[in-house]
Amino acid sequence: MKRIGIVGYSQNKIKRDAGSANEVELIMPVVHKVLETTNLTQSHIDFTCSGSCDYLQGAAFAFVEGLNAIQTYPPIKESHVEMDAAWALYESYLRILSGEAEIALVYGFGKSSPGNLDQIMSLQLDPYYVAPLSPDRVNLAGLQANSMMKAGILTREEMYLAISAASRNGLNNPNAIKIDNPSWDEYLMGEIVSSPLTKFDCSPVSDGASAMIIATEDACEKFNLSPVWIDKIGHQVDSANLGFRDLTQVKPVSDLLEKFKIDLSSIDVIESHTQFSHEVVLLSKIFNCSIEEINPSGGPLVGNVMMAAGLDAIGHTFEKLQNHSAKTGLAHAASGPCLQQNLLAYLRCDS
Amino acid sequence: MDKAQEKDYFESLISLEYNFTAGSATTRFLEAIAKGNIVGQKCPKCGAVYVPPRGSCPRDGVPTLEEIQLPDYGCIESFTVVHIPIPGNPIEPPFVSAMIRLDGANISFLHLIQEIALEDIRIGMRVKAVWKPETEWTTSLENIKWFKPTGEVDINPESLKFISS
Repeated sequence: MKRIGIVGYSQNKIKRDAGSANEVELIMPVVHKVLETTNLTQSHIDFTCSGSCDYLQGAAFAFVEGLNAIQTYPPIKESHVEMDAAWALYESYLRILSGEAEIALVYGFGKSSPGNLDQIMSLQLDPYYVAPLSPDRVNLAGLQANSMMKAGILTREEMYLAISAASRNGLNNPNAIKIDNPSWDEYLMGEIVSSPLTKFDCSPVSDGASAMIIATEDACEKFNLSPVWIDKIGHQVDSANLGFRDLTQVKPVSDLLEKFKIDLSSIDVIESHTQFSHEVVLLSKIFNCSIEEINPSGGPLVGNVMMAAGLDAIGHTFEKLQNHSAKTGLAHAASGPCLQQNLLAYLRCDS
Repeated sequence: MDKAQEKDYFESLISLEYNFTAGSATTRFLEAIAKGNIVGQKCPKCGAVYVPPRGSCPRDGVPTLEEIQLPDYGCIESFTVVHIPIPGNPIEPPFVSAMIRLDGANISFLHLIQEIALEDIRIGMRVKAVWKPETEWTTSLENIKWFKPTGEVDINPESLKFISS
């Protein structure tokens, strides 16, 4: 099978509120940067794909406006997913595999500060049975954390450990939001958002954008690019009906790991799209690593740009492999309530 | 049974509130129009002038940093006669909505044409802005009430192509 690698990644400094900057003004710098670092221009890009959510902007077809950030003349081939840009990467990967393209540009953006993010995400729920009840995303995350506690696989100590690790790792990530690490007592006294989740357990509302370029082996040689190979990539979705799911597990992730047939103990770096502290605990158990080991970038708890945070998990993994501080990496992206849909990418350097 | 009980469904409207930001480029345009000035932005690569500016050239994907003062006159690039009333719109149909291309700009924007018989309106016709009294100006393109014909010679529509390359 054709080898496809990541050749560049760029992320804006994540902000709690990007102020007057609009989405185009957030996307343009990261697209320019990723083209610059790879020494490519838009004319080298055969396929462009973005991930965003129109509800964040509050306007139908708002993603089309995002195209103002990239060079579209002469006309380009492009597509969009109303999902995290990790799935835009997946679409681009398939387009390259099918022979439609050699080099693809992927970008994701989200400005969550203008609206009420919790309410907005509720509108992505199943519109017949769940959305009319208006549970917000933290309510649903609380439901999952509760299920885990009742099953005896989650403690407040573990959740606190996840927050401390994220805050500590975030200090080494120049694009992360600085999060105060609460003391254990402060954590226990923390304001409950949706039981058992306190404000400390939830990722911050974030504004930003990220971009990535992937290319075939041939294109890498032709343009002198240094790729980190996407050795395996796949995604799987659980039922939209929360009642059908066992919330103490993330079946799609377990199934994908089984399909990938990789030795988890041999993986150097794991970045996971975990938006709540209990998700860090849950995923670290599935990935068979400690809470401190997962998410060396700090993960979404120190910056969670909607529709880009999944791509960022892949991007941060790529960066660790590109600077040779790791040889193999596993990245995880999620979508939907309570880790409903999941994407895994196993990255590897040439040895 | 009263009317409410007859219903076998209920309506549950969802409303979302946003703190909209126009973006830095459009914000500067709106601040200028509050003073009666029309400001466009020029692409450093292809030279196209955009009004209202969005901060980027969608052709070249680069920021448009240079600001260009534009006149309040130009020509009709395209138009349509609206016969159907729009709820909440104070203007009585039939009226004309037109794409106005200001002199020196490479794109047009939507506005009204008044002070002329509908059947006399044509593409290429020269028009000029009719402003509201200065005391009513806000950060809106509605500071211009409508455009009216100037009576000058028409522009050849062929010359309105986006850019000669």
